[in-house]
Amino acid sequence: MIEVKDIVKTFGDNEVLKGISAQFEQGKNNLIIGGSGSGKTTLLKCIVGLHEPTKGEVLFAGENFTEMNFEQRVPIRTHIGMLFQNSALFDSMTVEENIMFPLNLFTKKTLEEKRERANFCLKRVNLEGKNALYPSELSGGMKKRVGIARAISMQPKYLFVDEPNSGLDPKTSILIDDLIKELTEEYQMTTVVVTHDMNSVMGIGDHIIFLHEGKKWWEGTNHEIAHTDNKELNDFVFASKFMQAAKAKL
Amino acid sequence: MFHSLGRYILLLRLSFRQPEKFKVYWAEVMREMVSVGIGSLGIISIISVFIGAATTIQVAFQLSSPLVPRSIAGSIARDSTILEFSPTISSLVLAGRVGSSIASQIGTMRVTEQIDALEIMGVNAPGYLIAPKIIAGMTMVPLLVIASIFLGITGGWIACVVSGDVSPADYLVGVREGFDGLTVRVALVKAIVFGFIIASICAYQGFYTSGGALEVGQSSTRGVVYSCVMILFADLVITRIML
Repeated sequence: MIEVKDIVKTFGDNEVLKGISAQFEQGKNNLIIGGSGSGKTTLLKCIVGLHEPTKGEVLFAGENFTEMNFEQRVPIRTHIGMLFQNSALFDSMTVEENIMFPLNLFTKKTLEEKRERANFCLKRVNLEGKNALYPSELSGGMKKRVGIARAISMQPKYLFVDEPNSGLDPKTSILIDDLIKELTEEYQMTTVVVTHDMNSVMGIGDHIIFLHEGKKWWEGTNHEIAHTDNKELNDFVFASKFMQAAKAKL
Repeated sequence: MFHSLGRYILLLRLSFRQPEKFKVYWAEVMREMVSVGIGSLGIISIISVFIGAATTIQVAFQLSSPLVPRSIAGSIARDSTILEFSPTISSLVLAGRVGSSIASQIGTMRVTEQIDALEIMGVNAPGYLIAPKIIAGMTMVPLLVIASIFLGITGGWIACVVSGDVSPADYLVGVREGFDGLTVRVALVKAIVFGFIIASICAYQGFYTSGGALEVGQSSTRGVVYSCVMILFADLVITRIML
């Protein structure tokens, strides 16, 4: 489980996060949603340590991650997998090398064992046989899937996903969402997904946090979100005519 | 300025922290050595031969007096090549070729979140990305400078053969006459320092890039410009101290 306590993050005079507390449970897809500039990516970066919070704590299974130095964080980081918005695959490496990279650095596996693991991860994301391709030779959806394969190569306890559906067509988006959901259940990971895609919210949102103006505005499940009377959340979720029509049918 | 200097020093300190796995870093050092060394050999060869040839012709022209022995052209061309042209001009060219590549590569990795991905994995990103480049710069630039010295002197000899301003025999006598090993030591010290300057400054510029493609280009340009200025400044300091 991951716990964030009273996280404040300021950039200069701009207070982006204004005291956010939340718990992200194991085996669940925890979604952070909100409009552009609401602070959801900043919160994600504070949780994984890419930003240092101005105030507050992040606890991974009770261990205070915020107070740790670089070396102390490494054992926790080896249990973290992350899928970035643009996949962030290493351009100079093939698909297989990308997946094997953390294994090369943090395990004592033989080359054969690492190859086997890379093949397993690729099979899991339905990209068998794409080992020798470079990221530039992949489509957006394939890059996301390789990103997921790299993220799960170390069998992480925590999976962080930043905007998994950005730049993808609806069908591929659903494929990626389903994959995240399946892997979360299969490996019993604590998954935190930052998104503003309503299909993801309704499809995989076991636990949803809605951020508005740097504050936690609402918290609940994908079933509860359709019936909330929270104005800001309703304005966000049901902004499109399609969603308004869908709500009317509920 | 002091803020940037502080960040630069801190980045260098982070770069030389103990690696997670030496084998992976060593492979990276080898890759960078090939990129910096072998990749730059062509351009360094071309400029060295031409500069050596042009220097010899100019020296021969300026010292065209019956009172001055013709072999002096070889001595002056040799010392100019060893002390200044090979280390400094080669390094300025390398700042353009290698430095811009380092800054844009690391800058692109920054804006496409590849550096974030390294950090999330628990990899010391400055150590993995910057240290191998600095090591490659400090080892390969001196080797390139040695090659440049030989090619520059050969270029001078070719100029003598082609132009006939100085006979090749006189030129070779001049090249051998009054050789002082200190000049080579000065050239090598310069090359090591210049290699460090190129790799570290350009890596720093790339590492702290923020924004997009435009900013990557700006970082690359800044890296090359600052490296060139620092190379010329270091050239003056080393020359003053060692000669």
